[in-house]
Amino acid sequence: MSPTNIFTPASTPADSIFGLSIFVLLNVAAIFVIVFALLTYVVVRFRSGRSEDPKEPVQVYGSTQVEVAWTVIPVLIVLALFLAAARVIASVQAPPQRPGALEVIVTGHQFWWEYRYPSLNIVTANELHVPLSDLRHPTPTFLTLLSADTDHSFWVPRLAGKTDLIPNHPNHMWIDPHEPGLFLGQCAQYCGTQHAKMLLRVYVQPADEFEKWVHQQQQRPQAGTVSAGQRVFESTACVNCHTVSDTPAKGRFGPDLSHLMSRATIASGAAPNTSQMLRLWIKNPDAIKPGSKMPAMGLNDQDLDAVTAYLETLR
Amino acid sequence: MSANTIAISELPASRPFTLRLHQWVTTVDHKRLGILYILFALTFLIAGGIEATIMRLQLVRPHNDLVSPEVFNRMFTMHGTTMIFFVAMPLVFGFANYLVPLMIGARDMAFPRLNAFSFWMSALGGLFLYFSFVGGSGLYGAGSTPDVGWFAYAPLTSKTFSVGHSTDYWTLSLLSSGIGSIGTAINIIATILCMRCPGMTLGKMPLLVWLNLVMAGLVILAVSPLSAAQIMLLIDRYLGGHFFDTQAGGSAVIWMHFFWIFGHPEVYVLVLPAFAFASEIIPVFSRKAIFGYPVMVLATIAIGFIGMSVWAHHMFTVGMSAGANTFFVLSTMAIAVPTGIKIFNWVATMWGGKLRFDSPMLFCVAFLFQFLVAGLTGVTLAVAPLDWQLGNSYYVVAHFHYVIVGGILFTIFGAFYYWFPKATGKMCSEKLGKLHFWLFFIGFHLTFDFMHIPGILGMPRRIYTYEPGRGWDIWNLIVTVGVAFQAVGILIFAWNLIWSYLRGTASGNDPWDAWTLEWSTSSPPPVYNYAAIPVVQSRRPLWDLKHPEDPDWRYE
Repeated sequence: MSPTNIFTPASTPADSIFGLSIFVLLNVAAIFVIVFALLTYVVVRFRSGRSEDPKEPVQVYGSTQVEVAWTVIPVLIVLALFLAAARVIASVQAPPQRPGALEVIVTGHQFWWEYRYPSLNIVTANELHVPLSDLRHPTPTFLTLLSADTDHSFWVPRLAGKTDLIPNHPNHMWIDPHEPGLFLGQCAQYCGTQHAKMLLRVYVQPADEFEKWVHQQQQRPQAGTVSAGQRVFESTACVNCHTVSDTPAKGRFGPDLSHLMSRATIASGAAPNTSQMLRLWIKNPDAIKPGSKMPAMGLNDQDLDAVTAYLETLR
Repeated sequence: MSANTIAISELPASRPFTLRLHQWVTTVDHKRLGILYILFALTFLIAGGIEATIMRLQLVRPHNDLVSPEVFNRMFTMHGTTMIFFVAMPLVFGFANYLVPLMIGARDMAFPRLNAFSFWMSALGGLFLYFSFVGGSGLYGAGSTPDVGWFAYAPLTSKTFSVGHSTDYWTLSLLSSGIGSIGTAINIIATILCMRCPGMTLGKMPLLVWLNLVMAGLVILAVSPLSAAQIMLLIDRYLGGHFFDTQAGGSAVIWMHFFWIFGHPEVYVLVLPAFAFASEIIPVFSRKAIFGYPVMVLATIAIGFIGMSVWAHHMFTVGMSAGANTFFVLSTMAIAVPTGIKIFNWVATMWGGKLRFDSPMLFCVAFLFQFLVAGLTGVTLAVAPLDWQLGNSYYVVAHFHYVIVGGILFTIFGAFYYWFPKATGKMCSEKLGKLHFWLFFIGFHLTFDFMHIPGILGMPRRIYTYEPGRGWDIWNLIVTVGVAFQAVGILIFAWNLIWSYLRGTASGNDPWDAWTLEWSTSSPPPVYNYAAIPVVQSRRPLWDLKHPEDPDWRYE
């Protein structure tokens, strides 16, 4: 089973689209069967046999009645499909306002996702955590979609249709997942070299688990002795792009690393977040994601190990 | 070369190659320019096909590393740009150039030199695009060919994200070919309105001529904004303009509007000539007059008008208001009505006929089935909420290839087999034609039927590789296998053209027992087309000649 099948919805917007798609597909399939049968009948029935009769068939130039029939019937079908579509457009684009809704600002970057939770004071990257929503006590999540550079598109098929992230043109979408778990997707608007590995991971968590995650993300690192790896990190170009909260690293160009180890993947889902992958990513990002904006840091093996070890303390 | 041509140009029978080349390069004859357009397009068809093959080989399995992401991105940009602007458009213009004057009993286009100018501007566009392979390396080795996608969304095309000159070559290429397209469109309109032979009122023109008239009108309306947008992009890139520069308050969305107000009518620019071929070939091979001629004309005009008001269905995901989305759902679906009318009229034309399945008809019948599917998947995509899921996925890629290959290219192949005897005086090999048909038919369906499925399973387009475990692997494999069949089919087609040109049996003037004017002159026609300008009384002048006891003009 595909984890990104549009026919296995797990959230209201995707649900409404699924319902509409069944209605549309039934109509379209019926038309297909009828016209296909008609075409096949004509092709088989009226093919000229082997006997070469030189006489031309009867010439027919047209018929107003049948022309009217095959104009009016399609018009009616189109109207039905249109009304069904208009209803779903209105329901998805004008969502009910909920006081308990969570707000997340999603910023698309070449080639990763930044998530800011303004009400919770959380900044994270590439793995979106949202609370499970149940029908009686809905806790939907509203996403404000921004872009830092080129166009992107947020598409997690089981949760909702896609909406583009366009610079200078804020967009909005919402989800209310009613099934816990990990939902996959990826950028759906060509955004440059590594468009293909700008993957999306949405973790839908029951209230208590989500609270735990929030609490962890709000933790500040304990002030203590500065490790060798941290010294290397803070004295190289790492800090130009990355933030580690409460340290001199305050870059905004790349993902926030304050709680890096709470994420299952690195490089926007392109590789698992393991020691070896992390080390490889710092040493030679092209081995994982050629064309990404992460530069090869050119560290010696000792510094590489130290920085990797430091990053692994960022929980 | 026919005896007539030589007699007119008063040249020795065996001319040196350079002289013949000079004649072709300097020609203003609509038939030669038509053939030049077509040969130009076939050359680029090979290039675009190779680019498609590279993409499909890369996608044959997940995490394949046949080509780098940079190369893959260039391939899909070049494939799309090539196939639309340098294959489909020149094919359409080539056939229009060749056929329209012949079918209306004229001796040439209205403006023969504008005609030559337009062709060479389009050719220059193709050269610009492919010159980027050698000339496009800009600063920092930043890419040799354009890699911004064929619709080149802002701000990816700005200097910030596209350094070097590859995007400039793309822009110049479209600007140049756009000037050529507008020139040809003006020429087609002027020719049809002013050059028809005595007796040929608008209501007695062959449907092919009507469809090309509407097509030319759409070209003027659609290519003008595209050309304007290219100039704006050049101003942004070279003169510090900010039309699409989002960091200085420009708008990425306005580029989308400019592009798609071209891009969607462009679909009708390509499909109306395909309808034109079907509307000529299906009656002749059914041995019946076209059913509902006035309705066919009205449906064409309706498609032209409605086609200008549907562009933003390409933008359902960019965050338009619910009202705008709803409007474009309705306008887009409305197109299905006149298009459906056309399909029903073709079926009614075949009804009660005596169908002959020579290669031209085979391709047109396959077109009917495939265009039915293409139209219906189009209806599903017109429903904005479905487009929120399926837009920019492989479902869309499958849908528009169904239109362009399954609809347009199939009828163009039919047109090749149908008018090849007129242009060369030789019949195409029917055996090779049928082999071409079946191979291409199987390949087409393997590739584009199965391509819908990964789209439904969440696979976006324009990704150079994909993750395993998404349920996409097997479908991508089948899609790639289909490419092999299509490639062999195309090679057989090319071989058929060459072999038949050199060795084919003589066709005579009217091999299909057809009814429109072009079949009354010799094959190939003389430079002046008709020794005496014909006079017509009905839509099928040759039917009237062949059936003096029961002429068409009694019923029209």
